[in-house]
Amino acid sequence: MTDTNAQTRMIPDRLDSRAARVLRSWEALLLVVAIAIFVANSFASPYFLNVWNLSDATFNFTEKAMIAFAMAMLIIAGEIDLSVASIIALASTAMGLAVQYGAGTPELVVIGLTVGLLCGAFNAVFVTVLGLPSIVVTIGTMSLFRGISYVILGDGAFRGYPESFAWFGQGYVYWVFTVEMLFFVIIAVFYGILLHKTNFGRAVYAIGNNPTGALFSGIRVQRVKFMLFLLTGLMSGIAAICLTSRLGSTRPSIATGMELEVVTMVVLGGVNILGGSGSIPGVVIAAFVMGLVTFGLGLLNVPGIVMSIFIGLLLIGVIALPRLWAKIAERKAQ
Amino acid sequence: MTAHQHTPIVSMDMITKTFPGVKALDQVKLDLYPGQVTALVGENGAGKSTTVKILTGIYTPNGGTIRIDCEAVAFSSPNVASEAGITAIQQETVLFDELSVGENIFIGHAPRTPFGLIDTTKMHSTAKALLDGIGAPFSSHTPLRDLGIANKHLVAIARALSVDARVVIMDEPTAALSHKEIEELYELVDSLKAQGKAILFISHKFDEIFRIVDRYTVFRDGAFVGDGLIADIDENALVKMMVGRAVDQIFPDRSSATGEDVLQVVGYSHPTEFADIGFTLKRGEILGFYGLVGAGRSEFMQALFGITKPSKGVCKINGKIKIIRSPADAVANGIVYVPEDRGKQGAIIGLPIFQNISLPSLGRTSHNGFLRLAEEFKLAREYAERLDLRAASLDQDVGNLSGGNQQKVVIAKWLATQPQVIILDEPTKGIDIGSKAAVHEFMAELAALGLSVIMVSSEIPEVIGMSDRVIVMRDGLIVAELSDKELTPENLVRHAAGISAAKQLIEA
Amino acid sequence: MLRMIPVREAILGSAILALMLLIASRFAGFIAPSNLANVFNDTAPLIILALGQMVVILTRCIDLSVAANLALTGMAVAMINVAMPDLPIPVIIVIAILLGAAMGAINGVLVWKLSIPPIVVTLGTMTIFRGIIFLISEGKWVNSHEMSAAFTGFPRAEILGLPVLSWTAILTVIVFGIMMARTPLGRSIFAVGGNPHAAVYTGINVGKTQFLAFVISGALAGLTGYLWVARYAVAYVDIAGGFELEVVAACVIGGISIAGGIGSVGGAVLGAIFLGVVKNALPVINISPFWLLAISGSAILIAVAFNAQSGRKKGRIILKSEEVPHD
Repeated sequence: MTDTNAQTRMIPDRLDSRAARVLRSWEALLLVVAIAIFVANSFASPYFLNVWNLSDATFNFTEKAMIAFAMAMLIIAGEIDLSVASIIALASTAMGLAVQYGAGTPELVVIGLTVGLLCGAFNAVFVTVLGLPSIVVTIGTMSLFRGISYVILGDGAFRGYPESFAWFGQGYVYWVFTVEMLFFVIIAVFYGILLHKTNFGRAVYAIGNNPTGALFSGIRVQRVKFMLFLLTGLMSGIAAICLTSRLGSTRPSIATGMELEVVTMVVLGGVNILGGSGSIPGVVIAAFVMGLVTFGLGLLNVPGIVMSIFIGLLLIGVIALPRLWAKIAERKAQ
Repeated sequence: MTAHQHTPIVSMDMITKTFPGVKALDQVKLDLYPGQVTALVGENGAGKSTTVKILTGIYTPNGGTIRIDCEAVAFSSPNVASEAGITAIQQETVLFDELSVGENIFIGHAPRTPFGLIDTTKMHSTAKALLDGIGAPFSSHTPLRDLGIANKHLVAIARALSVDARVVIMDEPTAALSHKEIEELYELVDSLKAQGKAILFISHKFDEIFRIVDRYTVFRDGAFVGDGLIADIDENALVKMMVGRAVDQIFPDRSSATGEDVLQVVGYSHPTEFADIGFTLKRGEILGFYGLVGAGRSEFMQALFGITKPSKGVCKINGKIKIIRSPADAVANGIVYVPEDRGKQGAIIGLPIFQNISLPSLGRTSHNGFLRLAEEFKLAREYAERLDLRAASLDQDVGNLSGGNQQKVVIAKWLATQPQVIILDEPTKGIDIGSKAAVHEFMAELAALGLSVIMVSSEIPEVIGMSDRVIVMRDGLIVAELSDKELTPENLVRHAAGISAAKQLIEA
Repeated sequence: MLRMIPVREAILGSAILALMLLIASRFAGFIAPSNLANVFNDTAPLIILALGQMVVILTRCIDLSVAANLALTGMAVAMINVAMPDLPIPVIIVIAILLGAAMGAINGVLVWKLSIPPIVVTLGTMTIFRGIIFLISEGKWVNSHEMSAAFTGFPRAEILGLPVLSWTAILTVIVFGIMMARTPLGRSIFAVGGNPHAAVYTGINVGKTQFLAFVISGALAGLTGYLWVARYAVAYVDIAGGFELEVVAACVIGGISIAGGIGSVGGAVLGAIFLGVVKNALPVINISPFWLLAISGSAILIAVAFNAQSGRKKGRIILKSEEVPHD
């Protein structure tokens, strides 16, 4: 390490300008894709560019996105929570049960949020305190939480939610903008700041890249992970409130399969499933992309289950194509 | 022995290997002769591990030829290299804990029955014969996970013999072995030589090199510098070839002025790793911790730093009792730890340099929990300059840096927390001579500035040259505290190994 | 290698026996041999799929598409049977296995050649395969009267008192037992999961082994697809919905570590049998079947916690007083 030229060397902070970095990012590519789909949709169907239809379309992604933001942080930290849809089921069942006992809207909100938090805490304890892998724990709680809903509700349904409760899922703040859209924006901003502008967010990235290194650097790894599971549970609770309010009823099968759509949204948004990288703006754009695809296909009367073929292809394609590209480029270089 | 061995078994000629932006090997030459041990000598980054990977078929060279018995070959995969008779024993075990010893020896080439199934009887009987041949004290049915590192090396060697390897590559094989196990390894090397195998020996320890090696080859910065018989050269000349200049292992001058007690440890114990560890550390002091590998030094340091929990013990900092139950606690109290395992425990690869440096200091650079990048860059710039860091920019991924520079980032990040006590665990392990001197200079500077340094080291010259006092640990206990006249190599070894008279265990 | 019955499997086995005795105390007929045979037969598909999943999990992967694979293959062969009722059953079975293997190969190729994490691949193919069922069937069901008698009769045909379905499971267990212990592929699977880095040095192709694991899992899913639609005599889009979770649960309960490299054929089988016993016991002791999901979820959590406890390495033993005589 001797330097025969002994001049003071100044290492620059950054080599690229901010603009260059932004343009080269995954988010930029995804934005281009989103715009392309938007344009394609507007040609494919005359009903697409109607503001009220577009407003209805947002329900396709708002609830999932709320959870996706929390899930993104969890996945960046190297964990995962596959029980989110089951948390929705349990929270919804709890609210439905409360309605039978005469609960009003404020009580329902509290119950929904509390159940979400408790489920999140349950996951958190198994993963952080007992040190178990989150993928199997949440496969277990996925069955357990929904299982409890089935035990309570069987194959029936809860109805009779108070009228004011419908505001969450069916209300509008202003003109075409729904209450859920407002929640979406607030939550997106919250997580954007949390992940990208705070010490907590920095800790999340550190843990995701090297949990041992992060621990050795003085980060309280278990505490951070505990919080992340709580947040995911809380978001599931909020989504449960919105979804139940929108449907006006509860069945134990509510939101079946939603965890996969949430994970798809997160991965589509550029978050590495193995942890360590990803951003909130990416997830926002991914939410729009998925919403546009589902809405567009819906306008063409494509059945739901066929739509999921597209989502599956999107998920795999989004990760496979860049790697395929890189492999071909490597082959050419040799 | 040397008379008729004019033809090398393996001959690397004009081998070049490039990676994007880096030329790892530039037209190097290496010959391995049957029945002889050849040392591949060079600083970190000289290209030794790249060479091993090319010989074992993990990498393919971009230029040059490899010849086996004078015929050119190309290894398209590790399997092909293995079939050509080349095998390697690495530091990390490349074996399988869940399989038995016999299966580990024969995985990939197990004897088969006519139906295509593995012939377990034949496999175990052949394995037994191999194990007996090298004096291994365990059966081939033992699950590998039940063996210690020295015995795992034996399994690796048995595996090498089972594939009738003609070339055995040993990459830092004695890193985790006790003195007795090292002696046994030397005997094994002798027996392999007698069987006509060619051995490539990679080590940083000169005493080893001069003990068992016949020939040497020196690489520097990916280029071939020279080779020859070890009998025709001495340590200084070898070092000169390695670094390109004469370097004496001189240790920096230090004043022995130390201040008041900074840290007091009493009765630290753990159920299985160490017991009753106690000492005092003064301001400006460098306290060495010597011992054999596995003596429990790192384990104790990690407990002191809060990574693991001691079962009992008291720790006083500046006279006040502090409870340290996590690294965050330790850092808050001014104790920091630079771990031995740089890669996994030190730097966070994936994050940029400046974020690595600021990570434990976010409390100071941030405002109410919100990041302030300008402050972080400022901090990073200050320490990057102080440590003479080499990097293209501060927002580069720390994984792009060389090993030595990564170590600097790790040290920088801890210095930035302005600690009172810095614990360095094997700080110069696996680092070349030139960088070693730089790290020693630096440690002396820190002590002069009023930091207290605890240095865990297994290298006698370093421990004696740098420390004010040395604590010796053995089997989890403190067995001696040496300073001044008592601080001699003999005493260190005697206490570390637990023998009354240190005879042949002293090298040099 | 010559340890007597491993601890994990012994505990699980005893738990199953205890459970059965508990049920028998309320309803003695449960442990009648004919009833036990029924339970086994009912659990046969789970056993077969659990073995396939075991192989995948051992190589540090996961296959969430098995149920969708089963359903798609089942629908496909059912439709083939409707179109060509005279096609011999062995041919149908071969087609089922090949179809399943092909779907497994798609998963395998994406993991091997493009290094896409298995959870992402199989989440994707899971929805794609299910969607394809809709496309080929146009959402319509294939009912029992449309299937040929040979088609639906085969799994139920009795040999030596047990239906062919049970025998298939038994045969699969035997084949896998031999494969995992005695073939190079079997040992490579353990090696790849235990230490993929080292596996490369011994000449094992990690990616290819994982590819083969997916093909095996897919082939078994295909086979089970035929057995399922034939035995239940119906095929539609949603069959075996959510079954992939039961399969993973069986493996986890059976002690197969999600981290790879650790597990056994015995464990997978016992895990499946445990779930099968619970499922069949519920109606018999008057507990509503709606409890099944909650129970299997709890079983997974308990099993995982237990696996981690027993596998936890104690800290290095350095103090002489704590030392156990070692090599």
